[in-house]
Amino acid sequence: MSSILYDTPGPRAKRRNVVFSVIFFVLLALFLWWIWQTMDEKGQLRWALWKPFTESQAWTTYLLPGLANTLKAAALAMVIALPLGAFFGISRLSDHRWVRGPAGVVVEFFRAIPVLLLMLFANEFYDRYTNVSSEQRPLYAVVTGLVLYNASVLAEIVRAGILSLPKGQSEAAMAVGLRKGQTMTNVLLPQAVTAMLPAIVSQLVVIVKDTALGGVMIGFTELLNTRGTLAANYANVVQSFVVVAVIYIVLNFILTSFASWLEGRLRRSKKSTGAVLSAEDMEELNPAATGGTYGTGAGGGI
Amino acid sequence: MFDFLEGYDVLGAFWMTVKLTVLSALGSLVWGTLLAGMRVSPVPLMRGFGTAYVNFVRNIPLTVIIVFTSLGLADIFGMTMGAADDFDTLSFRLAVLGLAAYTAAFVCEAIRSGINTVPVGQAEAARAIGLSFRQILSLIILPQAFRSVIGPLANVLIALTKNTTVAAAIGVAEAATLMKEMIENEAQTLAIGAVFALGFVVLTLPTGLILGWLSKRLAVKR
Repeated sequence: MSSILYDTPGPRAKRRNVVFSVIFFVLLALFLWWIWQTMDEKGQLRWALWKPFTESQAWTTYLLPGLANTLKAAALAMVIALPLGAFFGISRLSDHRWVRGPAGVVVEFFRAIPVLLLMLFANEFYDRYTNVSSEQRPLYAVVTGLVLYNASVLAEIVRAGILSLPKGQSEAAMAVGLRKGQTMTNVLLPQAVTAMLPAIVSQLVVIVKDTALGGVMIGFTELLNTRGTLAANYANVVQSFVVVAVIYIVLNFILTSFASWLEGRLRRSKKSTGAVLSAEDMEELNPAATGGTYGTGAGGGI
Repeated sequence: MFDFLEGYDVLGAFWMTVKLTVLSALGSLVWGTLLAGMRVSPVPLMRGFGTAYVNFVRNIPLTVIIVFTSLGLADIFGMTMGAADDFDTLSFRLAVLGLAAYTAAFVCEAIRSGINTVPVGQAEAARAIGLSFRQILSLIILPQAFRSVIGPLANVLIALTKNTTVAAAIGVAEAATLMKEMIENEAQTLAIGAVFALGFVVLTLPTGLILGWLSKRLAVKR
């Protein structure tokens, strides 16, 4: 039985479950029928509105270039944020107060601020103080916003990853006479990286989702933005939203599945210490286990 | 130094952010608890619906959902949310709807993880003395689960506070909208950034500290 809440149903429970199933099915069917009716009434089911998505032009002109930009921004943000996050995560574990303190302030500060504000600020900043061309500026701003926020989240992941290792690891390293730096780079980090991998992959979902902010607010031509152009061309607002939502769901579902596959694999593997951080662990680990200030941000997934 | 603030209703914008946060938090708490109930119920169809909802909604960007409430629900389907001619109220209510629908998926997952922290023996004992599923859930499991999920729910609430800025995408006059306007019109980019950053630190820091303290106090010690 998958749940702790109920036994394998007996004859009476089975009958009751059937009744509940039927009631829920009817309610759900009514709701879906109502949606279908409303869409029909507003003429949203006409084939002409859906047809563009069966032709290659809508994809090659609008959706695929948009998706490519979404992925580009997400990949860039991840690649830049990772080393930065690792740096701040390790700094927060330093023995020296003057390293630990400022790193903590930076991390907590950027976790407390909405990504959108960071993007808006970066956009204006590049406009006034740098000579980034106006075509490139939205991409720069989006990536900057994503990097600042996600580096601080990744810093927490790195910190939790290192703290999740058994204490004996660093004690043994100390016993054989390794220096602090050597302990970190040769013993702790390699193990922590495997423990963190699933959480890092899950963080990619957050990054992919946040790129959409740049599309609406600072004109970055990512998927949601090109959807607008597409809908203006074919007059199919609702349909374009449905298709774009499906693309995001499929993309992020692949990432989520990959993360949980990785987690399962790492948990089973005999080589690691068995410590694995998933996105959900992060939520629980963040405040309590890592002794943080009860985070000003959501650890993993929102 | 901060005289550029004159002529802008910064407090009003943050008040809007707070209103958005509180209303969507209440909405998502109710809907998220219902979803969590469905996800652990013995009826497979309900479980399936809950799982599908959470997995679909979690993977769609909030921005897509919020923009859809405005361009899709309001413009195409003529949804008025009881505010037909008042554009500002309409956008506000649509934003709350979108935020609540999105956040509920995360609330549901937090509550479900809380249910999983209750030891199996509790439910077994409850079943042994003949309680029904509804009684087990409402008398034994949920009271304990809720106390252990205050921490994760605090994280969801803080994320929600920050997520309300997305309402700027459909023109709700909250903090991000005002920051965009100010930063384009005024010269003091850094100072404006600092003011709004500070605003969000002030909003999220106490939430985290108070709820963190509460969760440590209320968690069932095992």
